[in-house]
Amino acid sequence: MKNIFFSRAGIIIVGAIIGVFAALLQYFGNPPNMGICVACFERDIAGALGLHRADVVQYLRPEIIGFVLGAFLMAAFAGEFRPRGGSSPLIRFFLGLFAMIGALVFLGCPWRALLRLAGGDGNAILGLLGLTSGIFIGILFLKKGFNLGRSHAQAMGSGWIMPALMLGLLFLLTFQVSFAPGGPIFFSAKGPGSMHAPLLISIAAGLIIGALAQRSRFCTMGAIRDVMLTRDFHLLGGVMALVVFAFAVNVILGQFKPGFEGQPIAHTNHLWNFLGMSLAGLAFALAGGCPGRQLFLSGEGDADAGVFVLGMVTGAAVSHNFAMASSPKGVAAFGPIAVIFGIVFCLIVGFTMIEKSK
Amino acid sequence: MIEVDARGLSCPIPVAKTKQAMEKNPSDEIIVLVDSNVARENVTRLAESKKYSVDVLTISNDEYKLVLKPTN
Repeated sequence: MKNIFFSRAGIIIVGAIIGVFAALLQYFGNPPNMGICVACFERDIAGALGLHRADVVQYLRPEIIGFVLGAFLMAAFAGEFRPRGGSSPLIRFFLGLFAMIGALVFLGCPWRALLRLAGGDGNAILGLLGLTSGIFIGILFLKKGFNLGRSHAQAMGSGWIMPALMLGLLFLLTFQVSFAPGGPIFFSAKGPGSMHAPLLISIAAGLIIGALAQRSRFCTMGAIRDVMLTRDFHLLGGVMALVVFAFAVNVILGQFKPGFEGQPIAHTNHLWNFLGMSLAGLAFALAGGCPGRQLFLSGEGDADAGVFVLGMVTGAAVSHNFAMASSPKGVAAFGPIAVIFGIVFCLIVGFTMIEKSK
Repeated sequence: MIEVDARGLSCPIPVAKTKQAMEKNPSDEIIVLVDSNVARENVTRLAESKKYSVDVLTISNDEYKLVLKPTN
């Protein structure tokens, strides 16, 4: 099957669609400047399952479910569903875990950093600068020969696990299953977790984005990485389109509010906004994809990406259970030390996984 | 002739390895082995931007041999 999204126009159209959808999802009920946030939404899923008990961020986000299932269906249709894995899964788990810790210090993944920028939140600039610096460090390792080893083809069933998990979550969401009085599944009654677009709109947007991103290989981290690594501006075209179109729709819908102070679900600690996203950027660069891309890859059968996703979900639980995740009031008690731990972990991974050139 | 075996390696390692091979051997033909469409697309895009001609040979279902020849 010829890949029409291989073209420059293709990736730009995909980025534009994601930008428009994100702004519209916010309009339909998702939290402000959080039409789509992979890290936040995985965190909400962790909360809904009771892996953490921060009662303002608990919801089974249909966008995440849609991302994986959309990518799965499209990959199957395009003949690209290929179960594979075995490339340092445990390391990927912890890269995902620390990426999430970093993202929750900033309060957003790269997707939300872009959407915060498109919504006028100046703090996003610090986050994006941090992200870029983290990716830059990752590239230094890549140039030295860093890699996490080869993956191998796996049995069909391996590739079905993540899509099946998402179907399970969709079931729990649709029927609002409760396992015990006062127990999970938790759905926030207040706070960002209580704000969401109608289920059908969210799942449809997720499925469409998942399918398009699978074909176009849309990746926010990859966009910045490719420019620095090979002067390749292909993916960046998609990311720029996302920002421009989200911004345009935000202006039309009255969702654009420029400034640093009082931005929704954000804080103004520049240092830790920067360093939190530096950690996330480095972890994403070493793992080879932004959190969105990891979801799409997991949908097309990449078990290693699936492990990264589960690492992120676990990281969200750790962040909220151990007072590491920031809040609009600011950085939490153990956020900074966790970020430093994460950076040290990534550096050790980077240095120890350099392949000697023959 | 230089051979880069990037099978099983995920994005962006095939590109990074190919680029390294190009920089070390600027006038040589480079063979790159990949086993995913993503790697094939990305290495092709790199090669075209570096002014290489690209021949894609399909070895099996998901395995490709890319023959990159410098055009200048």
